[in-house]
This record gives sequence, structure tokens and C-alpha cells, in this order.
Amino acid sequence: MSVYFLCLILFAVGMYGVLRKRNLIKIIIGIMIAEYAVNLFFVLVGYRMEGRSPIFSPGQDVFNMVDPLPQALVLTAIVIGLAVTALLAAIAIRIYEKYGTFDVTKIRKLHG
Amino acid sequence: MANNIIPVFVIIPLGAAFVVSLIGKRIKKSADVLGVLATLGLFIASIASVLKTAEAGMLIYKVGVWMPPIGITMVMDSLTAFMLLTVNLVAFLIALYSVDYMERFTSKWNFYTLFLLMLAGMNGVIITGDIFNLFVFLEIASVASYALVAFGTEREELEAAFKYMVMGTVGSFFILLGIALIYGYTSTLNMADIAGVLLDKGMGRIMFFVSVLFIMGFGLKAALVPFHAWLPDAHPSAPAPISAMLSGVLIKSLGVYAIARIFYNVIGMNREFSNILMFLGALSMVAGVFLAIGQFDLKRLLAYHSISQIGYVVLGIGLATPLGILGGLFHLFNHSIFKSLLFLNSGAVEYAAETRDLNKMGGLNERMPVTGGTSLFASMAISGIPPFNGFFSKLIIIFAAVQADRPVYAFWAALASVITLASFMKVQKFAFFGKLGDGLKRVKEAPLFMKAAMVVLAFICLFGGLLLQPAISKKFLSPSVEALTTGTDYGNNVFRSAGK
Repeated sequence: MSVYFLCLILFAVGMYGVLRKRNLIKIIIGIMIAEYAVNLFFVLVGYRMEGRSPIFSPGQDVFNMVDPLPQALVLTAIVIGLAVTALLAAIAIRIYEKYGTFDVTKIRKLHG
Repeated sequence: MANNIIPVFVIIPLGAAFVVSLIGKRIKKSADVLGVLATLGLFIASIASVLKTAEAGMLIYKVGVWMPPIGITMVMDSLTAFMLLTVNLVAFLIALYSVDYMERFTSKWNFYTLFLLMLAGMNGVIITGDIFNLFVFLEIASVASYALVAFGTEREELEAAFKYMVMGTVGSFFILLGIALIYGYTSTLNMADIAGVLLDKGMGRIMFFVSVLFIMGFGLKAALVPFHAWLPDAHPSAPAPISAMLSGVLIKSLGVYAIARIFYNVIGMNREFSNILMFLGALSMVAGVFLAIGQFDLKRLLAYHSISQIGYVVLGIGLATPLGILGGLFHLFNHSIFKSLLFLNSGAVEYAAETRDLNKMGGLNERMPVTGGTSLFASMAISGIPPFNGFFSKLIIIFAAVQADRPVYAFWAALASVITLASFMKVQKFAFFGKLGDGLKRVKEAPLFMKAAMVVLAFICLFGGLLLQPAISKKFLSPSVEALTTGTDYGNNVFRSAGK
């Protein structure tokens, strides 16, 4: 149970970064932390206490393995996260070139 | 094999995007030709799929010939076919329009690559029968749209794109978290199988939490009101064809379609969800239109109207009566037509007169008769004036609300419609009627392809009401409504069709 709780705390730390920080780079880091928390949670869903790694070899019975499917899914989610992070960083660099700052309070041409 | 048409909807745009990115820079015009041909092919395939599903019911494509629930399935029922036709029709006309419009920008091939990737993502979301697959396609479409919003790389575009990306990514986290919890509860990812397991196992308290996560995540993608803040920045900042694509179909296929599919066919609709959706719909409807009427930036005004019109769609679908769903889906189709047309008009004005500010326009009808005329058609359609298509769908939604004993929502829908009319009268007055503004003397009409796309969309606005004709509706709208009203029987249907 406590792992899930720690996972939630990690997610909250990430969301705090997104919501409260003013620096674009810190916002990106917040997003990454929240993403890791979700990925971690997904892996934990397939985890089993004292389970062994899900490698099947002849002569072994399928018993007490951790669920391999979430691991495969999380791998995909990590790749997607990489694409998003790279694009975010690229846009942050472009914003720095245009505005000369990473401070979100100074980047306000729009007001939606 | 009838079902071989299904993967085509993902393969064509993905393949075309790949080829365009390879040869687009070297061979002149290849990007234009490939982009238009690919979307034309998709449009033809989507018409074929509508005819096929009307005849054969549900079609299943098993990726890698794994039987469900083990492998990934692609499911084409009538709702899928309906959405595919909507998306690909709009995408084809927008690709045609972009041929001329995107001459303003350098690196046109990049535009087509991202455009086709976004299309692949949207088609994938619509066609997939696997919930994690849905998430992957949703992210493909979203990442492509983030990049497209920033395409101009000016100050506003970059800022809007950053904001959109942060909010969109957080929305995706909630969706992924919901999928993780669903997997933990049902031990399966196949949407049909989830529906079956939930029927056996009962809803459980966790499913309510999952539903809330999905409403937050997909509601953010659909720009329902508490989650709408990114839309009025992101949609106007993109190039006009992309604004049309984002407002016209992206928020519907990623947001509304996913909500409808998951809540009707996978989790199962009940009173609470229906109430939540109706409330969010009505809130978006009213808040969007009140925010819109004060705007003087043409594209920003249209973006706020997207929020309002999405509210109508969600209200109709949330009513959960067959008539309400019919109205919602029909309005979804109509809105994708007239809102794309309005954004294309605003793009044509920007192309010719170099401004988006309504105060600096005036009398453009004199110089740009085609743009002015088509925008008049679209404005009347969005404000619900008979005999345009928007009138019929709004009327059905209002009737359905009264019939479902929700007169308050009917009242708000009618009120929002009146204010929509007022705000589009303002657009027409400031931009197209009256005296020709200063500095607009040398404005020329838009080029051929842009005109062609706008005229076709205007004709669909005018004759869209004919889709309610029983003969056409039997093939197109009513089966899609049925696909939603069957509810969680969807699961059984998928397995039955897969066994065939």
C-alpha cells in the first residue's frame, strides 16, 4: 500500500512543479516527474509480491510471475514521453530566443 | 475480404507522411500532390466504409491474426464509419486549401508531414478497439498538433503551443492513469473485453474514479469548459488550415468520440455520467458563447465558438436518449463542416488582407465575393437559420432536451443559439458588409484551390439537412446512433463478429 502512496506523492510533486514554478525548464521537469509517477504506477499494477521476472523457459511452470504486459505498455509510454519532452524543450528554447527569458510571468502576449 | 479496408485508414496517412518527409524537400510540388492524393484516397475509402457497414454491420480487423481479447483489434462499426467520413472529408478539403495557403510559409513539406501524422492519429483513435492503442494514437495526433500550433514560430505561436502542450500532456497523464486502473481492475485492455468483464464483475468504486479521470482527460482534449483554457490560444495561433482541422475534427475525434465510445460502449452509461456530461455540455455552450461575443480577433472569436458548439454536441450525447444522440452526432458532423469553413474564410481574409482584427476590416464582400458569400453561408449555418444544416441539429437537440424532461437545458441551448447569431452578425457587419476599409483597396480574392475548398464546404452547409432524409439517414446517421444505444452489448457484438 505504501508504494502506491509514495507514487501519489511523486505525482503530486510533479504537478506542483507544473502549477507553481515560473521557469519553463522547471515546468518541463515537473511534467517529467509526473510522467514517471504515472509510468511507475502502471508497472506497480502488474507487480506481484515476491514475484519473479517474466521470462519463460522450458521446464518451468508459469507461476508467481509479475505481469509483463504493463512493462511493455510502459515502454511505449516512455517513448511517447520522450517525444513530448523533446518537443517541449525545443519550444522552450525557441521561446528563449524570442523573449530572452524563461520566466512565464514575463511571457504574456496572450491571455486566454 | 471486406475488413481489409480497416487498416488502410492508418497506413495511408502514415505512409504518405513518411514519403513526404523523405522526398518533399527535393522534389517540388511532391508534398502538395501526395498530401492531396492521400487524403482523397482516405475520403473515398471512408465512403466505401460507410456503405459497407450499412450493409454488413460490424467489421473487425485482427492485427497479426490474434483473436481478441489477446491481440489488438480494429473495430469498424457504423459510428466509426460516420466519424471516419467526417474526419476525412474535412481533411481532404483542407489539404486542397493548403496547397495555395501554405505558400506563405517556408518548409511546406514539414507541414504536410505533420498534417498527415495528425490525420493518422485521429483515424487510429476512431478505428481502434484497444484502449491502450487508443492512447498511443491519441498521443500521435496530439504531438503532431502541438508542433503544428507552433508552426509559425512567432512569439504568440510558441507561447500558445507551450501552454497547449503542458495542458495536453497533463490531460494525457490522467487518461493513462485511468487506463492503468482499468487494467488493474479488469486484467484486459481490449475494449470489448473490458465491457464484458465489467458486466460480470460489477462497476466497483474504482470505476467511478476511472470515469472521473477519463472525463478530465478526454474533456481536456475536447475543451469542455473547466478544461478549455488552452483552446482560445492554441487554435488561432496555428495556420488557418490547421485551425480548421483542430477546431473542426481534432477536438471531436480525440475528445467527444472517445468520451462517447468509452462511456456508452465500454463502461456503460448511467444517470450520474449522463448528468455530468449534460452539465459540462451546457456550461461550455453558454460560457463559450459569452466569451466569444466580446472578441475582435476573428480567429479567437471562432475558437470560443468551438467551445460553445462542442457544448451542444456533448449535451446531445449526454442526454442519452436516441433523439439526443442523433442530434449530438448530427451537430458534430455539421459543426466540423461549418467551423472548418469559417476558419478557412478567416484564413482567406488573412491571406488577402493581412489582418485578423475585425476593426481593420470592412466591406470585404466587394473585393472577395467568394469568401464573403461562403462565410455568410457558414455564419447562418452556425447560428441555426433554416434551411442550413446547423438549424436541424440544434432543433433536434432542443427537442430532445424537452422530450427528456430537461427544459432548462433546452432553454440554455436556445439562448446560446441566439447569442451565436448576434456574434456572427457582428462578424458579417465588421468584416464583409459596409464600406470598404482603408488600406483594403488592393485586396484580391483568394486563389483557386482555396476558393474551391470553401465553395464545396458551403454547399455541404446548405444541403447538410438532407442527411436527415430517411433514405440517407438509414445508412449514415441512424446506424451510428444505434451503435451508441446498444451500450455494453458492444462487447458481445465485437466477439461475435470476430468469430465469423
